[in-house]
Amino acid sequence: MIQTMLLMIGVGLFAGIAGAILGLGGGIIITPVLTLAMGLDIKYAIGASIIAVIATSSGSTIAYLRDEVLNLRVAMFLEIATTIGGIAGALLTGVLNPKYLYLLFGALLVFSGWNMWRKLRRGQENLANVKADPIATKLKLNGSYFDKAEFKEVHYQVEQVPQGFLVMLGAGLASGMLGIGSGAFKVTAMDTFMKMPLKPSSATSNLMMGVTAAASATVYFFNGSILPNIAVPLALGILVGAVLGSRIMQVLPARVIRIIFIPVILFIGLQMLYKGIGG
Amino acid sequence: MPEKQSSATEKEMEHIEIMIGRILQIGVIVAAIIMLLGLILLLVHGGNGGYPVGHQPTTIKSILLGTIALKPYAVMMVGMFCLILTPVLRVVVSIYAFYKEHDTLYVWITTSVLIILCISFIIGHTV
Repeated sequence: MIQTMLLMIGVGLFAGIAGAILGLGGGIIITPVLTLAMGLDIKYAIGASIIAVIATSSGSTIAYLRDEVLNLRVAMFLEIATTIGGIAGALLTGVLNPKYLYLLFGALLVFSGWNMWRKLRRGQENLANVKADPIATKLKLNGSYFDKAEFKEVHYQVEQVPQGFLVMLGAGLASGMLGIGSGAFKVTAMDTFMKMPLKPSSATSNLMMGVTAAASATVYFFNGSILPNIAVPLALGILVGAVLGSRIMQVLPARVIRIIFIPVILFIGLQMLYKGIGG
Repeated sequence: MPEKQSSATEKEMEHIEIMIGRILQIGVIVAAIIMLLGLILLLVHGGNGGYPVGHQPTTIKSILLGTIALKPYAVMMVGMFCLILTPVLRVVVSIYAFYKEHDTLYVWITTSVLIILCISFIIGHTV
């Protein structure tokens, strides 16, 4: 029993650090450990993942008293899309064939990975040629943050707000129906479509995924899919990991974060395509 | 005086942001402490959660009764429930922050998020 507990704390610590840096929920780390290594039923693995997402989100939220990297307006504006998407996902379960969703969203993530790789090769994280969408100006979405790797204040504009909003609707739909991709789609929508810098995208995704997950978490909580002996040590490990991770994220160069992010997002995307094809 | 009421100064905003940060920290730390207490109880009881193997309390009543009896799984469930509420707390305090900033548009946007969250909560429990 103590062995399981320590394993969960350890896995949580690692997932929390990685999740907070990349703006992901950590499901890709946690689900395989629980199902493959521990032989846990997928139902309980999903329950534990939901708690993990919230722990990552809340842990990274409290790392700083005043978090100046995340963009609260972008978060709340886009949260409307993900929560509505989530409700639609819950209602459409059994109506829509998940196969097409896997194909569509898998392709989207692969596209995003490819796009990020191009950005990396061009060697630019600069935002000079991003033109603010008039909607972004109206909604005061353009922002700034102090980059602790470059020691300077970075001002940025937000582009393609409708496209970002649409991807977020899809992200909510996908995570509501398929229970996956809580963070990957959010970072994609902000980084690839709305042309936000990677660090605010990751921090904002961290905040948002907690809010989205909270809505579905109560369902899992009351139907018994969240096993306390698994989820509690996992959550404690993650909370500590996420506090560390979000501090590490702020001092890492954006380029390094992107280098870690690309294989992860490609992996998730290919896995989804594989499921869509019928693997 | 009327000027002071019309718009929060930068210093006041900073003060509000720090206060909100504190509230969120306290919320997460409370959840973590309850979960940790439950985990310690579980260790003390040699891994016995206080319920038949493979079972845990899932109704509000059984969780509360179990917590009064200091059953490890019940205490752990309370801790996790507090953790689930922390993002909701985040949304609520954000409404307050936007209100203090006199940003009516975002008071509405954030309130909508809260309402949609409540709707999805209700749907989740009926579907």
